[in-house]
Amino acid sequence: MAKRIDVTDLNVYYSAFKAVEGVSMTVEPRSVTAFIGPSGCGKSTFLRTLNRMHEVIAGGRVEGKVMLDNQDLYAPNMDPVAVRRTVGMVFQRPNPFPTMSIYDNVAAGLRLNGVKNKKSLDGVVETSLKSANLWNEVKDRLGKPGAGLSGGQQQRLCIARAIAVQPQVLLMDEPCSALDPISTLAIEDLVSQLKNEFTIVIVTHNMQQAARVSDRTAFFNLRATGEPGRLVEIGDTTKIFNNPTQQATEDYISGRFG
Amino acid sequence: MSSVTGVPTVNDGEGPDGQRVPQADRASTGRLGDRLFGGAATASGVIVIAMVTLIATFLIIQAVPALMNNQENFLTSRVWSPGGEEPGFGILEFLWTTVAAATIAMLIAVPFGVAVALFLTQYAPAWMRGPAAALVDLLAAVPSIVYGLWGLITFAPFFKPFQGWLESTFGWFPLLAQTGITGGTILFIGIVLSIMVVPIVTALSREIFGQTPLAHKEGALALGATHWEMIRTTVLPFGRPGVISAAMLALGRALGETLAVTFLVSSLPNGAAWTWSLFNGGETFASKIANNAAEFSSPTRTGAYIAAGLVLFVLTFAVNSIARIVIERRKAFSE
Ligand SMILES: Nc1ncnc2c1ncn2[C@@H]1O[C@H](COP(=O)(O)OP(=O)(O)OP(=O)(O)O)[C@@H](O)[C@H]1O
Ligand SMILES: [Mg+2]
Repeated sequence: MAKRIDVTDLNVYYSAFKAVEGVSMTVEPRSVTAFIGPSGCGKSTFLRTLNRMHEVIAGGRVEGKVMLDNQDLYAPNMDPVAVRRTVGMVFQRPNPFPTMSIYDNVAAGLRLNGVKNKKSLDGVVETSLKSANLWNEVKDRLGKPGAGLSGGQQQRLCIARAIAVQPQVLLMDEPCSALDPISTLAIEDLVSQLKNEFTIVIVTHNMQQAARVSDRTAFFNLRATGEPGRLVEIGDTTKIFNNPTQQATEDYISGRFG
Repeated sequence: MSSVTGVPTVNDGEGPDGQRVPQADRASTGRLGDRLFGGAATASGVIVIAMVTLIATFLIIQAVPALMNNQENFLTSRVWSPGGEEPGFGILEFLWTTVAAATIAMLIAVPFGVAVALFLTQYAPAWMRGPAAALVDLLAAVPSIVYGLWGLITFAPFFKPFQGWLESTFGWFPLLAQTGITGGTILFIGIVLSIMVVPIVTALSREIFGQTPLAHKEGALALGATHWEMIRTTVLPFGRPGVISAAMLALGRALGETLAVTFLVSSLPNGAAWTWSLFNGGETFASKIANNAAEFSSPTRTGAYIAAGLVLFVLTFAVNSIARIVIERRKAFSE
């Protein structure tokens, strides 16, 4: 249920503006890969190319190759909708559907896939909420609106919604940046559990968080404002944090820690 | 508003010894500006409510004596002769014409207006959105008499063969039975009204659809929703209260529309049998009252028309209340 991602020489554009240049990397299955780097260096932009969500933005396009195991995500006959069913995404701000109940939020993806059977929906809703460590808090109010939960609960609801459709890969763009420390820890625990089943890529500005949850870390940077962002290096998290090969990585990490 | 740390940045006041203490509700009442504005707002609210109450009272006071003299059943009779020694008046015909024409208008205008709004906000290429939206807003402001003229001169010739076809194909169905009337039938009026109110529905729906938060739309797309599924799971539910409000405004306009209807309707030929057919002519409340304003000669006559107007008032009020209830019941689910 988890797949490897191979990216080769990827450029990402917003209309004429080149936002990300020449990224090649491999994301291992059943592991957590963290993206770190200064603001505006293209972490979100690059992340969104992994499930073609950049195409939602007018003018967004890529050059290069992204392989999910041996499937080319950008092959001409590849349907972006199918890609997004395989590669799920959790956003910076929790975004449960406000017009839906907690139950319906989790069931939404399955219903889009045409699952109608109440029993199987019930089952998936329960297991997904359990995997998201939310079940005990909401099991008595599944019919209540999802927007009525706390921020941290809403974010876990969004994670439950994303994993309910059994994706191969889960992309998370700063999933804790709108949350308090306790909720952040809850999400981090959850990420550590979920990596047994999914390939996880997480963008974070929090160095400690990257160090705590990730197996591998990728550092992005840009040479100057207006220049495209680039991947500086990627490697085992312990190596990147203790013994990076690039000076820029060392500066960034020590700057943040210092 | 709250700052990054989650500490509220407004509603704070100075505590006795200079530290900041939150003062939730009474935040800044008492300052001159707040008092002035609060007072003005309260006064406006009170005046509006008082006016509506006064108008209703006026209508009732005028209508009751006439209704007491009424020799016919007000709600179920089709006779309308409010003058003379023994006045008798019933509103069944106007009620039917008004409700039927407005219903037809809504059945066409709401789906069509919503579809146009969806197209403009979700499908149309970016260069087209601004100009098209401006055009729709413009259409919404066109005076109704223009739609009336257009209906009479341009649309009627096209409608005639269409009605003929409907009558010959579905004539067995009571609502579409042949009546011999071809001009301003209820169906025709309903369609002209619908064209008149489509821009209203479109303009308001477009406004609310366009406000659907990007976060919700991206949430749906990231789950693997197609474009239409994204619209169904986020844009439509988000816009629902707005669409209902738009439909209510449009309905109000359709029910009360006078000018366009007045010169479009064909009255029933003398002695012709009345049927439920949509190909009947007949008057709506608004057109009946407008056409006969010159007749308001005695209190009873006037009272009869006012009673009819009162029914229109109640009708609008009832429909609006139902819409409110529908919106309120889902309120918890619409932030
Ligand atoms: N919708 C957009 N249209 C045009 N340019 C964009 C758009 N979104 C981002 N960009 C540009 O692309 C570059 C990379 O932005 P991106 O959001 O990917 O950075 P980021 O690394 O995620 O930053 P942060 O850490 O602040 O989230 C920036 O120069 C940004 O201005
Ligand atoms: Mg970002």
